[in-house]
Amino acid sequence: MTNAEQSGAGRQSTLPFKVQIEPRLNVPRWLPTAVSVGAVILGLVLGAVALRFAGESHPFKAYASIAKVLFSSWGGISDVLVQATPLILVGLACSVAFSMKLWNIGAEGQFFIGAFAASVIVLAPVLPAETPGWIFIPVMMIAGLIGGALWGFLPGYLKAKFNVNEIITTLMMNYIAIEWNNFFIFGVWSEGGFQMSPRFPKTAWLPRLADYAREIPKFGGLTLHLGLIFGPIAAVIVWFILYRSKWGYEIRLAGDNPKAARYAGINIARNTVLVMMLSGALAGLAGMAQICGVVRRLQGSISPGYGFTGIIIAWLSKLNPLVVVAVSIFFGALLLAGREMGRSDISMLIQGIILFALIASEYLLRNRVRIVRA
Amino acid sequence: MNWTIILQAGIASGTVLLFATIGEVLAERSGILNLGLEGMMLIGAMSAYSTAVSTGNPWLGLLVGMTVAGLLSLIHGFVCIHLQADQVVSGLSLTFLGTGLSLVFGEGLSKAGAVSLLPRLTIPVLSSIPFLGDILFTDQSIMVYVGYLLAPAAWYYINRTRPGMHLRAVGEYPAAADTMGINVYGVRYLYTFVGGVLAGLAGATISLAISPGWFSHMTTSGQGWIAIGLTIFAQWDPLRAAAGSYAFGALRRLILDLQAPTTLLFWDNPFYYNPYWGFFLKMIPYAFTIVVLVIGSREAMRKRLGAPAALSVPYIRGERGV
Repeated sequence: MTNAEQSGAGRQSTLPFKVQIEPRLNVPRWLPTAVSVGAVILGLVLGAVALRFAGESHPFKAYASIAKVLFSSWGGISDVLVQATPLILVGLACSVAFSMKLWNIGAEGQFFIGAFAASVIVLAPVLPAETPGWIFIPVMMIAGLIGGALWGFLPGYLKAKFNVNEIITTLMMNYIAIEWNNFFIFGVWSEGGFQMSPRFPKTAWLPRLADYAREIPKFGGLTLHLGLIFGPIAAVIVWFILYRSKWGYEIRLAGDNPKAARYAGINIARNTVLVMMLSGALAGLAGMAQICGVVRRLQGSISPGYGFTGIIIAWLSKLNPLVVVAVSIFFGALLLAGREMGRSDISMLIQGIILFALIASEYLLRNRVRIVRA
Repeated sequence: MNWTIILQAGIASGTVLLFATIGEVLAERSGILNLGLEGMMLIGAMSAYSTAVSTGNPWLGLLVGMTVAGLLSLIHGFVCIHLQADQVVSGLSLTFLGTGLSLVFGEGLSKAGAVSLLPRLTIPVLSSIPFLGDILFTDQSIMVYVGYLLAPAAWYYINRTRPGMHLRAVGEYPAAADTMGINVYGVRYLYTFVGGVLAGLAGATISLAISPGWFSHMTTSGQGWIAIGLTIFAQWDPLRAAAGSYAFGALRRLILDLQAPTTLLFWDNPFYYNPYWGFFLKMIPYAFTIVVLVIGSREAMRKRLGAPAALSVPYIRGERGV
């Protein structure tokens, strides 16, 4: 194979071994997982090196102590799961879009608009403040889903109709979404000049474990909220759509081989719009869960870049919705660790390294690398 | 509102987009899509500014900013060229990596205080041209003049020189280029690096000339992504890239100025009396990028023009490609 010649040539004479590269014909079942885990470990190690340069003298000790804080108490685990709640949904949003090779980089904006749309129900107000929770919550969920779907619709439509690059449009829509929310947070709904809306009425809150502390004292101080169950439920639904339905088959075929999909009579344009809307809706639901479950008002700083972390989660999960749930918990811990250290920039850096290590290591899935004696 | 000042400042801020866009045009012409512009610009801006702060020499800062961004782009190059990874995902990782690195190492830099900037010049004869002289050649940063030269030079290089022809060949039909004895991987590495260097130059131009300072991720505020949009709008032509960049620069500047006067045309200025209407103004560059992309894409469909044929397709010798 030419590939092997290319990399082997020239080194033969100087080194006592040579690297032989040949394409893999079959991939062992354990290898993809091993490669992903390896990429994560490499990301953490290189992240530690960066931490060392940035002035942290014992980065691995810092990792260990954070891991201990996060996973040794119910409070820590609950905080991690609170972070994982939006991540699962945006991870799913990205997985759905990426399955059709639609690069939805706009989960962040769809998240913000989902949060906005849910707020409209309370703050416009669409429903009066004394509405019972069993009406409030579902209506807000639907609003979040619709808001996100609309924000996904436009890039999808432009892609389907004019072949406009969705990477740029979804990204631009992120910035527009943030300014749009700012207009309401700073202006229309500003509470006494502060950059936040008034607090939502209690019936519009997603219940937290801490709310039941009177009945079950162990729940005291736990911020885990009902939004957590949205993710796994959505994961099962998305898994079913992608791997067990005709529509999902169309999506995956259009992603893997658009030409074959077109010959098979699959309507690519319609699926592009629908997939972008489904993707946006999932991210929008994440926004709704975040404001109803965590901050309980609309404000600016509701996301430390969840939408972008969702991209990495989707890739690390190999677009498998059920794996997204588990991977999101890891990234929830990573984001929280960054916040605990007061260094959210570090978790961003580690995410970048992990993603790079991951796609670089996929080379090992396609090729067998052997070191042999010259 | 003083139109001369708006256009003058617009040209200056368009220069940043110009550098980044031409860098991306060159990289994409060789077949490498690099979505990491935002990250590379940030790391260029950060390392240039921090070098200028610690050495007092803005030229050294410029050099360091360009080098660091260029080196960062080589990671993308290696992953895409030798490891044949997906260029979209690799570019996104480069954005995360570059942003993360510049935030980690730029910590505390925003409070660095005064730093000597790149010089500003007035060109003696040209500046006396009525109207245009004031806009183009009066009291502009030296980088603006570099920008004037870069766009036509890049156009000439791509379309009229032998290495430029090799560049196009590698981006359109790498297998044929390979047969002709052109080193496909070498050319792709080279222009990925050049794209990175120019992105670093764009970043350094922000932090050392156009809007000096380090404002963490707000330093670039999405200009890297706008530049990628402009590349598509420009249809990979440096001259169209320059026109688009300057138009965008002027637009960004105009938006700032719209909030100052008490009347606009004949009406009360809503952006003055209700400052939070300004958030809609801030959306305009991003919305306009989408509009520009739609225009560019429709035109490309009609004229059957398009991206370089081998854009984001890894080249593996002996395999069927484009």
